[in-house]
Amino acid sequence: MTGRRTSTALLRDRRALAGGLLLAAVAATALIGPLVLGSPAIEMREVVARRFLVPLARTADGAFHLIGTDRFGRDLLARLLLGARVSLAVGLLAALASLGIGVVLGAVAGYAGGWSDRAIVAVTDAALAIPRVPFLLLLVVLFQPGLGITVVALGLTGWMTVTRLVRAEVRSVRVRPFVEAARALGVRPARVLVRHILPHALTPALVAAALGVGNAIMLEAGLSFLGLGVQPPTPSWGNMIAAGRDALVIAPWVALAPALAVAVTVTAFNLLADALESAIAGEGSA
Amino acid sequence: MRASLAKRLALAVPTLLLVLTLTFVGLHLAPGDPVRLFLGPTADAAAEAAARQAFGLDRPLAAQYGQWLGRFVTGDWGTSIAQHRPVARVLADAVVPTLLLTGLSLLLSYLGGLAIGAVQAARRRSRLDAVLTAVTTGLYALPTYVLALGLVLLFAYGSVLWGWPAQLRFPAIGAQSVGAEFLSPAGRLADRARHLVLPVLTLAIVGAAGAARFVRGSMIEALRQPFARTARAKGLAERVVVLRHALRNALVPLIVLIGLQLPALFSGVVFVETIFAWPGMGRVTVQAVLARDYPVVMAATAVFATLVVLGNLLADGAVALVDPRARSAA
Repeated sequence: MTGRRTSTALLRDRRALAGGLLLAAVAATALIGPLVLGSPAIEMREVVARRFLVPLARTADGAFHLIGTDRFGRDLLARLLLGARVSLAVGLLAALASLGIGVVLGAVAGYAGGWSDRAIVAVTDAALAIPRVPFLLLLVVLFQPGLGITVVALGLTGWMTVTRLVRAEVRSVRVRPFVEAARALGVRPARVLVRHILPHALTPALVAAALGVGNAIMLEAGLSFLGLGVQPPTPSWGNMIAAGRDALVIAPWVALAPALAVAVTVTAFNLLADALESAIAGEGSA
Repeated sequence: MRASLAKRLALAVPTLLLVLTLTFVGLHLAPGDPVRLFLGPTADAAAEAAARQAFGLDRPLAAQYGQWLGRFVTGDWGTSIAQHRPVARVLADAVVPTLLLTGLSLLLSYLGGLAIGAVQAARRRSRLDAVLTAVTTGLYALPTYVLALGLVLLFAYGSVLWGWPAQLRFPAIGAQSVGAEFLSPAGRLADRARHLVLPVLTLAIVGAAGAARFVRGSMIEALRQPFARTARAKGLAERVVVLRHALRNALVPLIVLIGLQLPALFSGVVFVETIFAWPGMGRVTVQAVLARDYPVVMAATAVFATLVVLGNLLADGAVALVDPRARSAA
């Protein structure tokens, strides 16, 4: 399967289109929104008069709140958009870290073989047996909860699928004639791996990474929901849901808005990954 | 087949050992200090040293690891620093509620997933298929804790507010009501069952959505195979082709999937147990993590990993039962 055929299959896939459009919309509002709205996301004024305003509310001084306000009278929309930046950044960075670790380990295991292969496979299997959330909780609490450790912990716990895919692909490509030809021409092993073998292994790795972004966003929100991820007052979708939990009964929109944002964004990434997977398998949209 | 299972069992041992080692190293690299947390900020140096010695935390790391591993394998999991109880007892109390929760939700989610996926594959490309795909894709992307909060809002709060019949009102906290010990045995059982409804439903809905997506794909794949064409060609009703031929072939990857999904299920359990105050492993882990209760966290991680490894072995065995081809292959 050549890259061009994969990308045309992808362009014709409705799931890819829907996922891509959703994602573009989320990313665009996250980038532009806070610039337009200014910074009512963190500041608190006249809490009593402004807290828990219903969606579409207009205050006496003319401030308009599209999806209402939270317990401190902060504009929910502004917080949601600022939180989108945090959540998307954490998800992308964590998936990139996982992709990096996974590609390196998978390439080494698949190309070198022997004891390094066995060791990497053993570590991968062991890591897969550890349920991710309990282990994440462990990592995050061990090193003070915060933005940085959340990214590192998510990256450190998400590389196994990538490793397996890359290893399998490298092993199957390694014995193909063009690799032998490259080696016969005297190309150094490292260069054979990077220039001739790895490009073939990258597409499945990208699918795993796309799914990884959605997962990482969901997990970041989960950690923040437990109070162990991004710390207030920095808004993230997870700690916004957690803050809305106490007011679930009197102001359900406070928790509902960020929850919907997580669901929509994760759906977009899942749709993209699904489409990418079928495009690589060459079957089109089923 | 027996030989291959024995080989898998033998492979599980180093896996578990690696898990334990990773956990131990991670815990001891961390900046937090359990002794300070245990004694509080007012303790003097002498008390601190005494506590450190009592917990064996003053010895070299390698010695601590060796001693801990030796005891761990022999079933002595130490004493919980926060609860002053044997760790084995803390976890034994917690593992049964968790297995109850996960077992029931696994059963429900795979039955539901099979039914939904089979309907979708049989009515492929219909409007029903499109609607179900949209619903399962959306639910699959919904975080467990969000679904849990939604169910609480509907069935624990809304049902009372809007005067729904009593059968639709469910408790959202704990495994039994206050004073449940004074109920009759049947009443206690009913009380327990009502407390199970919302947590099990949460996990089952998320699981069913994922399983349905998978079943749909593998059933469509099976319906494209030559054996499905043969079955149709000899005049079998489409219903029989779907239920007897395609479904059975789609079962094998599904059983493998159950094994692979166990870590995710146990991750979901952490959130569900925290929200519903369910007295299981997930809640114990979160509380132990917050209290830096090293022995409990380590043992809990090991127990979670053991459950995953055992679950995968069970799945392998089940595949061998269902699929004759897997019996001969290694």
